[in-house]
Amino acid sequence: MHPILRTVLQRLGLGLLTLFVVSLIIFSSLQFLPGDFATSVLGQAATPETVAAFRKELGLNDPAITRYLQWIGGVMQGDFGSSFSGRSQGREREVLGLIGPRLWNTLFLAGMTAAIAVPLALALGITAALYRNSFYDRFVNATTLTTISFPEFFVAYILMLLLATLWPVFPSLSQVSTETPFFERLYLCALPALTMTLVIVAHMMRMTRAAIINLLASPYIEMARLKGVSRSSVIIRHALPNAWAPIVNVIAFNLAYLVVGVVVVEVVFTYPGIGQLMVDSVRTRDIPVVQACALIFAATYILLNLFADIVSIITNPRLLHPR
Amino acid sequence: MNTDDQTYSAAGEVASVAVRRTWRDRAWRSLKKAPMTAWFGMIVILCYLFVAIFAPWIAPYGESEIFDEALASPSWQFWLGTDPLGRDVLSRLMYGARNTIGIAVATTLLSFLIGGCLGVMAAINRSWLDQGLSRFVDVLMAIPSLIFSLMLLAIFGSTVTNLIVIIAVLDATRVFRLSRAVSLNVVVMDYVEASRLRGESLAWVMRRDIIPNILPPMVAEFGLRFCFVFLTIASLSFLGVGLQPPTADWGSMVKENAEYISYAQFDLSVARYPLLPAAAIALLTVAVNFVVDWFLHKTSGIRDEK
Repeated sequence: MHPILRTVLQRLGLGLLTLFVVSLIIFSSLQFLPGDFATSVLGQAATPETVAAFRKELGLNDPAITRYLQWIGGVMQGDFGSSFSGRSQGREREVLGLIGPRLWNTLFLAGMTAAIAVPLALALGITAALYRNSFYDRFVNATTLTTISFPEFFVAYILMLLLATLWPVFPSLSQVSTETPFFERLYLCALPALTMTLVIVAHMMRMTRAAIINLLASPYIEMARLKGVSRSSVIIRHALPNAWAPIVNVIAFNLAYLVVGVVVVEVVFTYPGIGQLMVDSVRTRDIPVVQACALIFAATYILLNLFADIVSIITNPRLLHPR
Repeated sequence: MNTDDQTYSAAGEVASVAVRRTWRDRAWRSLKKAPMTAWFGMIVILCYLFVAIFAPWIAPYGESEIFDEALASPSWQFWLGTDPLGRDVLSRLMYGARNTIGIAVATTLLSFLIGGCLGVMAAINRSWLDQGLSRFVDVLMAIPSLIFSLMLLAIFGSTVTNLIVIIAVLDATRVFRLSRAVSLNVVVMDYVEASRLRGESLAWVMRRDIIPNILPPMVAEFGLRFCFVFLTIASLSFLGVGLQPPTADWGSMVKENAEYISYAQFDLSVARYPLLPAAAIALLTVAVNFVVDWFLHKTSGIRDEK
């Protein structure tokens, strides 16, 4: 078998294994719930019969392994079970119905942010590395170090104060629904996307700069310079092919970071995404929804990291022979 | 020149001998060379620590003492005014420093205790313990820590102890990675082998041979982890699942008063309710980052190619 294919398959297998263990951890978290939680979900008025029926429905009477297999089997077919909320009123809601539209909203916001942030950060990082120690480099560095230290909600509220309250350019709340047309959606998402862009551009730019500087210090670049190759040719022919792996790593790492940052930003702008749903469910201790959200976030995170691994293996044959 | 035999000394002879500098002297010399940003950072950190430790004595009013006058403008009685419930904003900021920084420091210390010890042990052992711990940490790190802590808080409930333990355990994974990586470079040294051949115990090797040699990167990491933990706790409180009211805490102070941002077009000063605590968080993290940046630059010797 071709060595690249073999390594990629190994990584894929490892990623699936990680995903499996993560799903085990998320599932087993249900075991730690306090014993009386059935009553707190169903309300004080619940009769012992309804509590017993509820426990039976959750399968608390079955052995854990059966329950895990049932749960993961359902998840594979897109069935995340039904939510705890509204149980006391006798209404039942499918978790999937809650998550579906919100997941699309979150992906839209993340995609929009990535479309702005990735090219911007790469341009800033590469130019800062090429003109390092110049005034421009120092300025970009100091600015990004400051932005990194700010909590997301501080950036979000400052932007809201400036661009929504004092100079009302954008709306301060991003209430979108499934019927919102595309361009209005872009307009409504402007502030949350801008907040996340500011936060991740800082990280991404610093990492790109470090990766490129590291690269430019390697002996073969010095050799190319010494033999008189022009500056642009050094960058395009010698540096760039080797820079793909670190750059893709940086992008994937930051997109994964975006997955986490999205939670806080969605809450600030009351954007109907999956992060806000998760926070609300944590407050009301709606465990099936929390589990489903955690699984989706973790799976995205793992897949992005896996993708970065595979790209760096393909572009850098040295990684085929790990020490 | 001193020729008297009784009082002859080398010091008297050459007038100045290279005296070994005390650590205090050395610290002062490197401090004098520190850049402005590092000085700024250290001064800010010291101020924050002072306020955090002495909050009950220097705060003008109690943590959740309620006055009749709600939403008061800044005056001599209330330096930063009162919040919508009639509590003094300055006092709440000071108590907030105590609660938020205190919990963040406790969490970081705990995570270093767990992660550092396990990391060094794994590096010395290099067999089943190392393999097991490393794979376990890999899995834990595959889940974003904010998401994981949200899930665990949903299950165990939001109390201060739970918050500290959950975040410390999740954060210990990163400390484990770093301490294992840096101690791996140290355990291959001959002096470690010598002390192990001499029959020293695991704890002795850890304390005397390894920890002193991995200290500089660990100290820098402590600063960075502190920032991270501090921001995580602030974010969790902001999301309403961290510290619970009426405890004064910067994250929840931002959350409680967030809606005043939209009134800022009528009166700009009300924007201080959410922005002051958020700025307090930002200033501390900036300060710690500046100091860590300088410290790393100084100890690692890694410099950008000039």
